[in-house]
Amino acid sequence: MDFLRPATLDEALAVKAERPGAVPLAGGTDVMVELNFDHRRPEALLDLTGIGALAEWSITDGQVVLGAGVPYTRIIAELGDTLPGLAMAARTVGSPQIRNRGTVGGNLGAASPAGDTHPVLLAAGARIEVASVRGTRLVPAEEFYTGVKRNALDPDELITAVRLPAARGLEQFAKVGTRNAMVIAVCAFALVLHPERAGVGAAIGSAAPTPRRASEAERFLAAELPWDTPGALPDSLKRRFGELVAGATEPIDDVRGSAAYRRHALAVLARRTLTWAWNDHQERGKSCA
Amino acid sequence: MRLNVTVNGESKQADDVWAGESLLYVLRERLGLPGSKNACEQGECGSCTVYLDDVPVCSCLVAAGQTEGRRVRTVEGLADGDRLDPVQQSFVDNGAVQCGFCTPGLVVAAHDLLGRVPDPSDEEIREALAGNLCRCTGYEKILDAVRSAALATEGS
Ligand SMILES: Cc1cc2nc3c(=O)[nH]c(=O)nc-3n(C[C@H](O)[C@H](O)[C@H](O)COP(=O)(O)OP(=O)(O)OC[C@H]3O[C@@H](n4cnc5c(N)ncnc54)[C@H](O)[C@@H]3O)c2cc1C
Ligand code: FES
Ligand code: FES
Repeated sequence: MDFLRPATLDEALAVKAERPGAVPLAGGTDVMVELNFDHRRPEALLDLTGIGALAEWSITDGQVVLGAGVPYTRIIAELGDTLPGLAMAARTVGSPQIRNRGTVGGNLGAASPAGDTHPVLLAAGARIEVASVRGTRLVPAEEFYTGVKRNALDPDELITAVRLPAARGLEQFAKVGTRNAMVIAVCAFALVLHPERAGVGAAIGSAAPTPRRASEAERFLAAELPWDTPGALPDSLKRRFGELVAGATEPIDDVRGSAAYRRHALAVLARRTLTWAWNDHQERGKSCA
Repeated sequence: MRLNVTVNGESKQADDVWAGESLLYVLRERLGLPGSKNACEQGECGSCTVYLDDVPVCSCLVAAGQTEGRRVRTVEGLADGDRLDPVQQSFVDNGAVQCGFCTPGLVVAAHDLLGRVPDPSDEEIREALAGNLCRCTGYEKILDAVRSAALATEGS
């Protein structure tokens, strides 16, 4: 096995084109577990932590370009206000040590159905910036997850960044697990409301072969929410939203939970996050008035 | 490959490092620093916690090659000669050590917390230590140790 340590992105892309079997290594919190347990013996590791550009973020025209290698701890500390949904998800990842190393690029590379950033990226309409020696392309999050632990990357491609709108909307994330730290989600849910254009993004994690949007639930909510008269929401509306979210799932029974529990819990998370986001909407309305 | 890394302030070299080798393995098996413990090798227990360029990480999940040219500080690098760091002393004084296997990782994690937050709340202590497992103490004595280390460092 070789250890390859490119200093620039161009160098890394050239290596990846020449050696598509080289496994990218960012924070290592997924890759190293597989190596330590002999689950994987790639021909080479392609360490991306020497490439400064991947560990930066910037904001242009209301779009955040978040480098694939920015660790969760920095997302929480530096982007808590700009990307509140992603920061909420980041706070629930593993432990402080894991958040100090783990990255969104790595979460996308692993493409686990239980990865915590995926529901947020889907609900926020993120685009994944992917590069190779052939050029750069932007993959909408909903086209990125192609199967259990599979993604839309070609063998010569690397994830360079995630682009998502700096929050003007109301963002929420919630996750069910057995304790407050160090848990892989039993199920997770992200919600983004855009009152200015009556838009809704809603997505589920850990309840289908891939993370996915709950499109019918999104359409229902966009049409039914009393956007301009933000009073308390009727229970019937919240319940229906929860049912539609549960209907978007395709869960399995596994060690972390049963399919029935996941469906039930997601309906609850959907109602709860809607209540929280709507409360924030009402608060904002008051402070503008 | 040959690895050059600064450990506890000293430049170190290790030869014949395998590409998939962890920093933890290099520390324990090649550099004679067995303070960082190997318990799970999957990031769950925190007993291998070290500073990498001032940031606490699980050394079992860092590839040795990723530390080329960087600074590592292990539990062995906390004491000042024979004088224990206040966090270490506090673990001893408060009975926070039973079998001791989790101690090095917890000491590094607590040391980092007090470096960032000199007077942490109980929530902050629990959050900061959430990545470190202890099978013996039930954690109460560990919380006591961190609280009293905070008081001790405040006075100094
Ligand atoms: C103890 C523990 C707890 C965890 N808890 C959680 C949790 O609560 N929630 C959660 O979502 N995850 C969790 N994880 C999994 C892991 O931390 C996350 O998936 C993390 O985001 C991975 O990021 P990384 O930078 O460490 O990835 P790495 O391990 O470096 O890489 C992961 C995968 O992505 C690929 N990759 C990395 N960067 C790129 C890139 N730029 N381009 C192309 N491919 C790339 C790698 O080749 C590999 O296949 C946990 C892991 C551990 C060990
Ligand atoms: S040995 Fe590294 S976290 Fe357990
Ligand atoms: S003292 Fe034994 S594991 Fe903590």
